[in-house]
Amino acid sequence: MNDFTRRTALKGAGATLGAAAFAHAMAPLTEWTKDLSLDEFLQRHYKELTPEEMKVILRRLEEETKQEYGRDVTIQDLPPQEGVSFGYALNLSVCIGCRKCAEACHQENNHDRRTGNSYIRVLEMEQGSLDLERGNADYDHAVPAPGKYYLPVQCQQCDNAPCVKVCPVQATWKEQDGVVVVDYNWCIGCRYCEAACPYHARRFNWSKPEVPAEEINPDQGYLSNRIRPQGVVEKCTFCLHRTRAGRLPACLEACPTGARVFGNLLDPKSPIRWVLENKRVFVLKEELGTRPRFFYFFDK
Amino acid sequence: MAASRHVLDYPRFLGRLLWMSTDGSWRFYVWMTVLTAICLVGANAWARQLVDGMALTGMSDHVSWGLYVANFTFGVGLAAGAVMMVIPAYLYHDHEMHDVTLVGELLAVAAIALSLLFIVVDMGHPERAWHLIPGVGRFNWPVSMLTWDVVVLNGYLLLNLHVCGYLLYMRFLGQKPRKRWYLPFVFLSIFWAVSIHSVTAFLYSGLGGRPFWNSALLAPRFIASAFITGPAFVILLLQVIRKFTGLPIGEGPGRTLTSVMRVTVLLNLFMLGSEVFTAFYTGGAHAGPAQYLFFGLHGHHALVPWIWTAVACNVASAVLLHLPASRRHVTVLNVACVLAFVGVWIEKGMGLIIPGFVPSTLHEMVEYVPTVTEWKITAGIWAFGLMLLTVAVKVALPVLSGQLASHSAPKGEPTSQEKEHRAAA
Repeated sequence: MNDFTRRTALKGAGATLGAAAFAHAMAPLTEWTKDLSLDEFLQRHYKELTPEEMKVILRRLEEETKQEYGRDVTIQDLPPQEGVSFGYALNLSVCIGCRKCAEACHQENNHDRRTGNSYIRVLEMEQGSLDLERGNADYDHAVPAPGKYYLPVQCQQCDNAPCVKVCPVQATWKEQDGVVVVDYNWCIGCRYCEAACPYHARRFNWSKPEVPAEEINPDQGYLSNRIRPQGVVEKCTFCLHRTRAGRLPACLEACPTGARVFGNLLDPKSPIRWVLENKRVFVLKEELGTRPRFFYFFDK
Repeated sequence: MAASRHVLDYPRFLGRLLWMSTDGSWRFYVWMTVLTAICLVGANAWARQLVDGMALTGMSDHVSWGLYVANFTFGVGLAAGAVMMVIPAYLYHDHEMHDVTLVGELLAVAAIALSLLFIVVDMGHPERAWHLIPGVGRFNWPVSMLTWDVVVLNGYLLLNLHVCGYLLYMRFLGQKPRKRWYLPFVFLSIFWAVSIHSVTAFLYSGLGGRPFWNSALLAPRFIASAFITGPAFVILLLQVIRKFTGLPIGEGPGRTLTSVMRVTVLLNLFMLGSEVFTAFYTGGAHAGPAQYLFFGLHGHHALVPWIWTAVACNVASAVLLHLPASRRHVTVLNVACVLAFVGVWIEKGMGLIIPGFVPSTLHEMVEYVPTVTEWKITAGIWAFGLMLLTVAVKVALPVLSGQLASHSAPKGEPTSQEKEHRAAA
């Protein structure tokens, strides 16, 4: 009996010690739960939200941005326009590889400043080859270099998108106007979509994005360029906060050579339709059956 | 009437097992304390990773999965491999194996728990896991292979928990287990074991943008290597159990599992060879990842030492297992098992996941090296898995051997199952 009680007492002491050590090990979590509100935790999927609920969420997000980044911003949730289906084309004969588009994307979409993130990567390619193997994204010299051409790659907004297929929680989907979007408040951060994308179009927020208040673009969209939370995936949305309001994508406006053509595929008079009908266009990795909405062509 | 009694008695039985699991020799306490300490280091690293973000890992947008997913894949294989005890026992009526099948099923439970934890720590938002619950969240089934994996892994966990729990409880009560309450589940679990590892392979092989994974041979390779690691682990585990519990475990199960391994180590090497041939003979861009893995590409060599270690381990274990010495000397067998286990861990872990991302889909060369945070979390989860397995085996064995029985259970009487076995022997 005596032995039994001693053993039990020892076990009790061990259990207490273990619990204390565990609490100590998990202590950093208090900081994590501080940032996590119950409303945010229980928030439903984008498609299940009523307009009223969305309004409350948008105000909450604006307030959080103000608190955490010190900037007044407007976050909107613009719906796709009726009769609009977006397409993008890029003239490879004209592109000089200056990467102004990538820079504009960086600013427009409130990307993390430390990593210099952008949704666009420009590959310097060998003349006479379409083999990405021979491309180089890390060039650092005056452009255009002789014997090279330049291939900017961003989200191809595939009609048969592998990233959408693989998402286990439908946190990413294709909108009516053809844009593939992510609900940053629904994504669980498994990064299966990143593995599935054949175009390196997706980015993960490995840490909380850092953007100085004065550099923040205050014109923001819920599904596009609002400052993303840590631990979720993001991607190019054809700047839907601009394009759904009748403006052009930031990368197009920044292009000094006019290599980029954007518009409504359903409008027979749009410039994008003219390109598709009059140029010999191609898409990247057509053999994968992803059916991109991003077209490339050579002029001469 | 009787059923309602079990509703209360079964949890009580489990509670008693749990309480019993805290008793043991000083060796047991040392073992569990060391594992707990490693676990806590891992838990602390994970808590920090949640706060500061996954930038604490070596992963990037180019190599977006790393050590966690590698270990997840390996863990699923270990769980599936445990079925190599169930098949001889239930399909081929190997009675000696039948007596220790429970060990394999408990290993499956621990391995699945370990695999699921590796997924949890790989998630940017684990608190949003409820988005995966069908009906409550938005479960993208049947389109996403990851949802299939959620279904089969949790299903396999429940199947094994049920079979182990039921058989132990009946033994505890001194009653003969009723076939309809476990046999259908056992047979289902055989099919299910193959499914968990096939589905895990399909996660990768279904991605057209990743030529290294996009191979129909991936699922068969996964199964073959699972049937290496499962038996290898159990061969070692049975020896440990015999040493520390004095339980009379015959030589039969070990022999059967060794025979299984003799076939699967060769199958695995053959399939690896087929992949290597196809990649290198074809050449072109599709050979890039294999080139990077085995020889390095464009001055990047991070995986070369890993994969050649794996090849060396796998070839050495295959040779050892086919030497007559492996039958005579248990040390030779044990060395072969350890080599096979390590070889497959590398080949199916780092050797499979990382080359899927290098070169990237735009053919950029960005390498991956796990950080200290990742190693801490990985060690913590392995320690947790071992704790789970230790406790499970430790409490299951006294029940199995009849040392722990309900007061109402007939004492001293061998159960009818034991009689059957003796008659058969």
